Amino acid sequence: MKKKMSSIPFAGTPEQEAKLDAYIAEHKSEEGCLMPIMQEAQAIYGYLPQEVQIHIAEKLGIPAEEVYGVATFYSMFNLSPKGKYQFSVCLGTACYVKGSREVLDKLCEILEIEPGECTPDGLFSIEACRCVGACGLAPVMMVNGSDVYGRLKAADVADIIEKYREYEKEEAEYENMG
Amino acid sequence: MKTWAEIQAIKADVNAKTFSASAPGQYRVLVGLATCGIAAGAMPVYDAFIEAAAGNANCKVAQVGCIGMCQYEPIVEVVEAGKKTTYVKMDAEKAARVYQEHILGGQVVTDYLLVENGITCQSLEDTTFYKLQKRIALRNCGIIDPENIDEYIARDGYAALYKVITEMSSQDVIDTMLASGLRGRGGAGFPTGKKWSFAAANQAPQKFVCCNADEGDPGAFMDRSVLEGDPHALLEAMTIAGKAIGAKQGYIYVRAEYPVAVKRLNIAIAQAKEYGFLGDNIMGTDFCFDIGIRLGAGAFVCGEETALMTSIEGKRGEPRPRPPFPAVKGLFQSPTILNNVETYANVAQIILNGSDWFSAMGTEKSKGTKVFALGGKINNTGLVEVPMGTTLRTVVEDIGGGIPNGKKFKAAQTGGPSGGCIPLEHFDVEIDYDNLIAIGSMMGSGGLIVMDEDNCMVDIAKFFLDFTVDESCGKCTPCRIGTRRLYELLEKITSGEGELDDIDELEALAAHIKDNSLCGLGQTAPNPVLSTLRYFRNEYEAHIVDKKCIAKVCRPLLTFTIDPEKCVGCTKCARNCPANAIVGNVKEPHVIDHEKCVKCSVCMQNCAFGAITKD
Repeated sequence: MKKKMSSIPFAGTPEQEAKLDAYIAEHKSEEGCLMPIMQEAQAIYGYLPQEVQIHIAEKLGIPAEEVYGVATFYSMFNLSPKGKYQFSVCLGTACYVKGSREVLDKLCEILEIEPGECTPDGLFSIEACRCVGACGLAPVMMVNGSDVYGRLKAADVADIIEKYREYEKEEAEYENMG
Repeated sequence: MKTWAEIQAIKADVNAKTFSASAPGQYRVLVGLATCGIAAGAMPVYDAFIEAAAGNANCKVAQVGCIGMCQYEPIVEVVEAGKKTTYVKMDAEKAARVYQEHILGGQVVTDYLLVENGITCQSLEDTTFYKLQKRIALRNCGIIDPENIDEYIARDGYAALYKVITEMSSQDVIDTMLASGLRGRGGAGFPTGKKWSFAAANQAPQKFVCCNADEGDPGAFMDRSVLEGDPHALLEAMTIAGKAIGAKQGYIYVRAEYPVAVKRLNIAIAQAKEYGFLGDNIMGTDFCFDIGIRLGAGAFVCGEETALMTSIEGKRGEPRPRPPFPAVKGLFQSPTILNNVETYANVAQIILNGSDWFSAMGTEKSKGTKVFALGGKINNTGLVEVPMGTTLRTVVEDIGGGIPNGKKFKAAQTGGPSGGCIPLEHFDVEIDYDNLIAIGSMMGSGGLIVMDEDNCMVDIAKFFLDFTVDESCGKCTPCRIGTRRLYELLEKITSGEGELDDIDELEALAAHIKDNSLCGLGQTAPNPVLSTLRYFRNEYEAHIVDKKCIAKVCRPLLTFTIDPEKCVGCTKCARNCPANAIVGNVKEPHVIDHEKCVKCSVCMQNCAFGAITKD
């Protein structure tokens, strides 16, 4: 899988860095600690910007390309940020034979982006994901890894997107009131 | 640490108060809270019961793992005096009614019971789906609370470990595993006892016991179910393996896509340590064994044993050539055994009941049971565990309840991207390792996807190749470039550009990839192509010669037409066509311009009169 390095400027905070450094200090001496550290870094920053990869390499005393090598090998490491609402459509076999490709195509069509991309407003991103193991509900889509939509049809997609746009509007209204 | 006498007291107490002996009027409500249940909305059901039963000493609500019938989730079981009632497709409102009428009123709410073939079943155990199964690996799933070690103990949990520590030598354990005939459930089917004996024979300052919980086959969720429903079974088996080979450290390599499983494993590890089943001085002896969890990060190749170990070492999960085999040089260059979750889930039962008990089940060369994840075009999607040697027909028709919507069975796919399709002519094959290989598929880890006449087999082969192209780690050329070439040929055929020579080229290329790839991923990657070519060559030929997709899946080969008899001229199709390919006057039959048509099928979806057909 080819990965795009983000062009969005890095905006890490000192708090995030301190949190990562504490984790590194705790696990540094364990054999095979690089992946758990990178997983923690991604949990802190949401993705693995170049700056963070170099930081990890320096702290562990290993070449940065080793960190980059691991980051690009595994599909769950992200080199670019995700949308506020991440749509993951399962393309596992069970979902595929029940039409998840059409669900994915519809999503891409409405949001005008491709899988792996984020909308310019930073709201939505789409990815085709591996089997999530909910084959009984196929075809399945997850939003932000927690909201699960099962037994989907392509025709349901527009309403689901609209639901999150509504959330956004409500949130904006609250902020304006406050 | 608890003494064995204290453990026995816990066992007796839980059995008396929670399980079998509950008196009439005492209720135990079990809500299936595995990933599949949660996805179907089981959490609000659980909350509703918790809220309703608050303060009622006669009603205990518990979470359990996967009961097995995914499409009926959320599932709730009410147990009273050993009698079970299974409620299906529940929601919070239905939960409130069940609480009022059944728990408080003593009346079963028949409206929410499961109906199988027109017959209402009081409990899951009354269904054909359940009766034909034999549950060993899944014996506790859906029955115990996976976050409560006491309930595992009550079901003979850790008794096998106690037996191993107090009565058996390492050699006894290995001999028992050898005699049982247990073979690896991850797909390859290597005898488990043999693997253990190799690692035991190697002298080394450190050894490792690893568990492959990187269930990467799309459409497979057997291991997830064991991890979520019965995590202690895995910990107990790994500790037994540690004792048998002389290892002090174990690792479970689990997919990061399984957060519920990871959470429950962590809880189970902490509980096992507290009770003295794990960690230093296990059960008061000098045997020490610890288990760590390592999260995968989404790489299918890490299901391959050498790649998995490289990944635990924190590197790119690339495989390496064997020999040396992991039993000689595995994780961190030390002797290592690696078994799959389901394999481990059988171990404690074999130790407790003896190898003869286990080897009495199954076929000559495949003993015991196998768990399958039924999915695709089948009525009862879910998890089933059947004795080896059960026919595919029994699994699909009797247990699986057949194909929905009156469609015809076309093929069953086993072994995921490494496996193949089993067509109707082999519907009566007795499922075991050797039979499946003989007909060009493989057992694999247990995904069993059913396909009907609406699935195009060339498209399915392309789907699996798309997967392997994506997941090939790139280390060896036959796999990296070969699988892409295979994919391109399939793409050419499905888009209507295929020539007859392409079939020969597919076969030659597939043979080359099988013979020359470094690891199991590449060696098996051409299987979906080879098996579909073997059984569905006519579909390939139809794509190439007639430029037709029999199953009407491959869009470039389809032609959309409007039946002038049925078209009322409502203009809806014309208004929705993204290519402006449909013309016609109001209240007159419309026509599709095939030059302009992009075959998106929007018109067909929008037509309220069924006037548009694809061919």
